[in-house]
Amino acid sequence: MKYSRLIKMAVATSAIALALAACGSSGSSSTEAGAAPGGQAYAGPVGAGEGKLSVLAWPGYAEDGSTDPAVDWVTPFEEATGCQVDVKVFGTSDEAVKLMQGGGYDVVSASGDASLRLIYGENVQPVNLDLVPNYADIFADLKGQSHNTVSGASYGVPHGRGANLLVWNKEKLGETVDSWSIMFEPDSPAAGGVGPYDSPIYIADAAVYLMATQPDLGIKYPYALDQTQFDAAIALLKQQKPLVGEYWSDYLKQIDAVNAGTMTGATSWQVIVNGLDPAVVGSTKAKEGATGWSDTWMIAKDTPNVNCSYKWLDWIASPATNAQAAEWFGEAPANSKACDLTANPDHCTSFHAGDTEYWKDVYYWNTPTEACLDGRTDVKCVPYAEWSKAWSELRS
Amino acid sequence: MTTVELAPPKGGFGYRHPRARLVALLGAPMSWLIVIYLGSLAALFLTAFWTVDGFTGALVRTFTLENFVDVFTTPAYLWVMARTVGIAVTVTILCLLLAVPVAYFMARVASKRWQPLLVAMILTPLWASYLVKAYAWRAMLSPQTGVIAWFVAPLGIGGPGFGIFGIIVTLTYLWLPYMILPVYAGFSRLPDSMLDASADLGAKGWRTFRSVVVPLIFPAIVAGSIFTFSLSLGDYITAQIVGGKVQMLGNVVQQNYVTNLPFAAAFAVIPVLIVLIYLAAVRRTGALDNL
Repeated sequence: MKYSRLIKMAVATSAIALALAACGSSGSSSTEAGAAPGGQAYAGPVGAGEGKLSVLAWPGYAEDGSTDPAVDWVTPFEEATGCQVDVKVFGTSDEAVKLMQGGGYDVVSASGDASLRLIYGENVQPVNLDLVPNYADIFADLKGQSHNTVSGASYGVPHGRGANLLVWNKEKLGETVDSWSIMFEPDSPAAGGVGPYDSPIYIADAAVYLMATQPDLGIKYPYALDQTQFDAAIALLKQQKPLVGEYWSDYLKQIDAVNAGTMTGATSWQVIVNGLDPAVVGSTKAKEGATGWSDTWMIAKDTPNVNCSYKWLDWIASPATNAQAAEWFGEAPANSKACDLTANPDHCTSFHAGDTEYWKDVYYWNTPTEACLDGRTDVKCVPYAEWSKAWSELRS
Repeated sequence: MTTVELAPPKGGFGYRHPRARLVALLGAPMSWLIVIYLGSLAALFLTAFWTVDGFTGALVRTFTLENFVDVFTTPAYLWVMARTVGIAVTVTILCLLLAVPVAYFMARVASKRWQPLLVAMILTPLWASYLVKAYAWRAMLSPQTGVIAWFVAPLGIGGPGFGIFGIIVTLTYLWLPYMILPVYAGFSRLPDSMLDASADLGAKGWRTFRSVVVPLIFPAIVAGSIFTFSLSLGDYITAQIVGGKVQMLGNVVQQNYVTNLPFAAAFAVIPVLIVLIYLAAVRRTGALDNL
């Protein structure tokens, strides 16, 4: 038992190394027939539903009318397919991974910092995109990304995306702020009121800032940091710590702190910004670029409800549902046709849904691995477990 | 003189089988204690010797001491421990300083008619949710808009804001009733005769307090301090709400339990150890014998 586990790990590790080496820095999906983790994709065809579906989702991603009676795309799905949906929401990517490892869920909305862990952990299966007709309308720059595609095999359908924004208090910092420097530099006018996101993945935000301010470090991709680059990012975060008022992970706490004027310069999400007073709080994507998220619906490896799972993936990717979900959550939809169906006709414009230029310097959350995700093979990168450890130490 | 024949005692099964009665009475609570309570502690301790897969975060069941080495050799974690113990001790001392006069007044100064009302007033805050109280303190401590900042503004100083001060104040507020009640009970049980005797022997107030009252209520103080100390030691929600960037032991556990359960388990063993050391120290004073 123990040895078979070890062998599995060794196989998985070498598969990662091979897969990532094959991927190359351009991020082009390799067509080499490497063994994709998680077995074979479902051959189809998608037949009658099994009658039930267990969904693991970010809050706001699978609304059944219980939050707001008008916001409901689960009930119509149940009526159309006969699959009774059971929704469980999670609060962080780490929690999602843990729950998926425990089993019992059919589909999951995974952010990039969870998806690779699920793929290599063999918790999810490859997805046969031919069985998801609505996939055709997904924005091209969301397809075949390193967080949803491994060895040429796709592991799911994109849901939506967003950038982590820079917000600031206009009364304290003036009308125009465009740089993360207010969160990192010791002479910042926001000193004492800086609000970083309380998660190991925030180390990537420091790396994004270093890409602009210390090009000598040679950071190409904020989730692929070798030891030197990682140490520089941690040093920057240590420099930031005296400036910090509060680290936030509960978004209600951030709303409270920003409204009270105690958090004067922070990283934030569009859905939070929507609720703040634009006369007092400014928000922008900083000039250095930003981290962001791009979420993917994935199917559990051992799901007994594979037909219902495929029906769900297609349902959530359909223009009407995707428009509804993206608008409710406050993010850019993944389906290009969703933009015509949003209640607010400007939704896609304000969230830059089809604006390829806007997303060029947005680095979607990804899972750092020992094999560098930017394609470097001469060094080892710092894996996520070390990120997690370093963050815990930094916060202590 | 007639002898009255006593009827053999009547009673059910339990009466005739005292051992079975004992088992029936204690079986459920004891199995709860052993299986659920000690069992989960044992599981926690066992988990602390495992590790996780560096990439997927899945549990790997191989024996290692690495977690404990990390916990005890990383300066940042040692600081968290020292800080947490410091906070717990400060909270306990503050609770003690506040509770003794209050409990003394309740038990020995206030009239009998008022005592139940005063006890009820001390208990009332316990009926409100912990979170509501912590968030109330968050509003009061808020650096610019809080009541405290407004109150001290005329003195030309800013409010304390969020941080260690906020944590100590909030925890003191939260746990104060747990100190007052045992100390109040201790004062109530204080026999008047002893105070009279002390006065008869010529002792003034302070002398009586030091030589008669304190030794008699000491076990009650210890009982209260066990509550305030151990509750403070394990708390992490208050630190999240009013602690700003300050972390306590519990926060480190909470931060790690999803990504690295074994490390979180190893860290969670520490407060258990500290409380055991504290209880051992208390036991040496003999205070536990009189509880």
